[in-house]
Amino acid sequence: MLRLKKDIDFYGHRKIYYTISICLVVLAAVCALIFGVKVDIQFTGGTIATYSYEGDLDFAAVESAASEATGFSVTSDSSQSVSGDTKQISLSIGAKDGMTVEMEEQLTSSLTEQFADNNLQYVSFDSVAATMGRDFLFKCLIAVLAAFLLMIIYVAIRFRRIGGWSAGVTGVIALIHDCLMVLSVFIIFRLPIDDNFMAVILFILGYSINDTIVIFDRIRENEKLYGKSMEFPALVNKSISQTFTRTMNTSLSTLLAMVSVCVFAVIFGVNSILSFAFPMVAGLISGFYSSVCLSGTIWAWWKDSRKKKGRKPAKAK
Amino acid sequence: MKRVGKPVFFVVAVLIVAFLCTSLLGISTTYGDRTDVYIKGGNDIRWGIDIRGGVEVTFTPPEDVDATETQMRAAEAVIQQRLITLNITDSEVYTDYSRDRIIVRFPWKEDEADFDPQAAIAELGETARLTFREGNETDAEGKPTGVTAENIILEGDDVSEAGAYYDPENQTYGVSLTLSESGTQKFSDATTRLSEDNGTISIWMDDTMISAPTVNDPITDGQASITGNFTAEEAQDLADKINSGALPFALETANYSTIDPSLGTGARDVMILAGAVAFLLVAVFMICMYRLPGVVAVIALMGQLALSVAAVSGYLPFIPSFTLTLPGIAGIILAIGMGVDANVITSERIREEIRSGKSIDGAIELGYQRAFSAILDGNMTVVIVAIILMGAFGPPSSLFAKLLNPIFFLFGSTLAGTVYSFGYTLLVGVIGNFIFGILCSKLMLKSISRFKAFRKPKFYGGER
Repeated sequence: MLRLKKDIDFYGHRKIYYTISICLVVLAAVCALIFGVKVDIQFTGGTIATYSYEGDLDFAAVESAASEATGFSVTSDSSQSVSGDTKQISLSIGAKDGMTVEMEEQLTSSLTEQFADNNLQYVSFDSVAATMGRDFLFKCLIAVLAAFLLMIIYVAIRFRRIGGWSAGVTGVIALIHDCLMVLSVFIIFRLPIDDNFMAVILFILGYSINDTIVIFDRIRENEKLYGKSMEFPALVNKSISQTFTRTMNTSLSTLLAMVSVCVFAVIFGVNSILSFAFPMVAGLISGFYSSVCLSGTIWAWWKDSRKKKGRKPAKAK
Repeated sequence: MKRVGKPVFFVVAVLIVAFLCTSLLGISTTYGDRTDVYIKGGNDIRWGIDIRGGVEVTFTPPEDVDATETQMRAAEAVIQQRLITLNITDSEVYTDYSRDRIIVRFPWKEDEADFDPQAAIAELGETARLTFREGNETDAEGKPTGVTAENIILEGDDVSEAGAYYDPENQTYGVSLTLSESGTQKFSDATTRLSEDNGTISIWMDDTMISAPTVNDPITDGQASITGNFTAEEAQDLADKINSGALPFALETANYSTIDPSLGTGARDVMILAGAVAFLLVAVFMICMYRLPGVVAVIALMGQLALSVAAVSGYLPFIPSFTLTLPGIAGIILAIGMGVDANVITSERIREEIRSGKSIDGAIELGYQRAFSAILDGNMTVVIVAIILMGAFGPPSSLFAKLLNPIFFLFGSTLAGTVYSFGYTLLVGVIGNFIFGILCSKLMLKSISRFKAFRKPKFYGGER
């Protein structure tokens, strides 16, 4: 069992942590610039039709047949079904205003006719009008913003007692960091931004602040206990080390649960769950990391530099 | 809570295990082919359409039409009626009046292999044919026959408006009809003729009779009213249906998606398996880490899991069943992982107190006391987030959506129903964490610590 006999020097290593975080964000930004950010049709509008098939299918032929039947540009993608025994083809149809039921029936009947040898079977169909998608995206963004504001209010109330607004600001920095990390995972792994993304961001907002609060709670307690005799860096190191086992164990048990979901989703190819569980795992790790490595050390850094500056003018208050 | 009796541990533990078993399995009896469900279990869970397959459609009026609230209500009434005629019983219909949207969601019909969702969607969106017919003669299938089939008195556009009203004198509800110019003459002729022997005029939507009032007096001025033993709701419903006949537009499908049932059930089974493994891993982890408090934590976790299942299956009479989707299952599993947080915090505290030389009883008491604020903090933030999730992704009529309406009202109702379920299971998980992780755990730990065999500090993580 991990037991911390000595305080770990989190503060001394802070520049390493900041570098890691900044590198990841830069990597994501570069990926976003090169590959672009994939946004789901839920937000952009469009249509995706999925069919299962047997044997070998000429994707290019299906694409041209589909675009002939619908009058829109069509791109295709292959996938495996959950049980793994049938192959599937997903057609993305560039119908910005969504497709009507009649158009879809026409598409299905013309495809099943032309590719009768492949036994094309209708699996799922998704069509979203662009205006509806935009509305939904705005609503999601408002929800995230509202959650952010509520968290800041909560932090402000909570931190009024445990270190004032300097602690509050670092808590919020940790939150922004975690959101950026989740976004980075979506970008780097080319996952489409959809309602799963919004759900993960919202959850991480609520989850991550919790560890930070526990750590700052301890900082305040130790501040009272040791008073002025302890420098800020040492104070922060002590507080983080004391709460470390708890922070880690809680994160570990949550991770255990989510990782097992991930593993099963990978084995059985359940993409809809993987695109939810995998970013969630990343968010959980980021939440742990930002609480332990970032928020406390940033706070100490801030306080420390303030104090050093404060010494130069004749007298501190 | 100074002293807790020795048997308390066993009572609480047995109750929790019983709760878990019944919530998973349910209680039902089967005589021949008849099954009575007394307590709903895992098999009675209503799965979302991402699991059992189904259809989700958003209907809107054509782009250039700005529909009134009455028209939207009439359009919704048509859809409700059609769903019944299509024999789709398990549907959800939500109307957003400010953005002119009607969202309909229904599962794949079981026992029907060749269910055609496209045809069903097309039929739901069509304009209804409203007719007022003479008499109320119907055949075995409920369709009009004889004079009722032949003599159509009024059609939809002969009615300009219908509305529900309250008659304070007789304290009854009724439906008022205002007829158009063309309708007034036709109705006047028919009612004059039929009122002589108190004949009947039946009102039909497509091939379904929705009302059959008796004609008492000739109505010549185009102002009629239908009275009967209506409740306020029934009167409004009938008025909405009659209004549908004069609807000047057909609904269009803005969004729609259909999911094949074979896709989702496989994913669900995978998730349930993942959940079972997650539970086992967390249980082993807790017992290795915290020994006796770890065992207590695992029992408490069983209770939390049982509550999560019970809250979606409709196990508890005061909590209606809730549609469970794939993210909803993920929420339950996530809550299993997070659920031990309360136990982790208290166990850590207890261990600390024991190391600083406190007695076991004192350490347990202090541990729970001091850990409470930290547990509250963590749970509060997740509760805030869960409520926002439910408000943003839930149906417009849900409590949480109404709560958050001041923030979201500009953006209309959207139904990403799969995430709504995630918010719900998360919320239930947090509540369960409070009940079981704090209250039940404390009872169990205090009780079991009174046994001589368990009075060694090493069981609580103290030095050997």
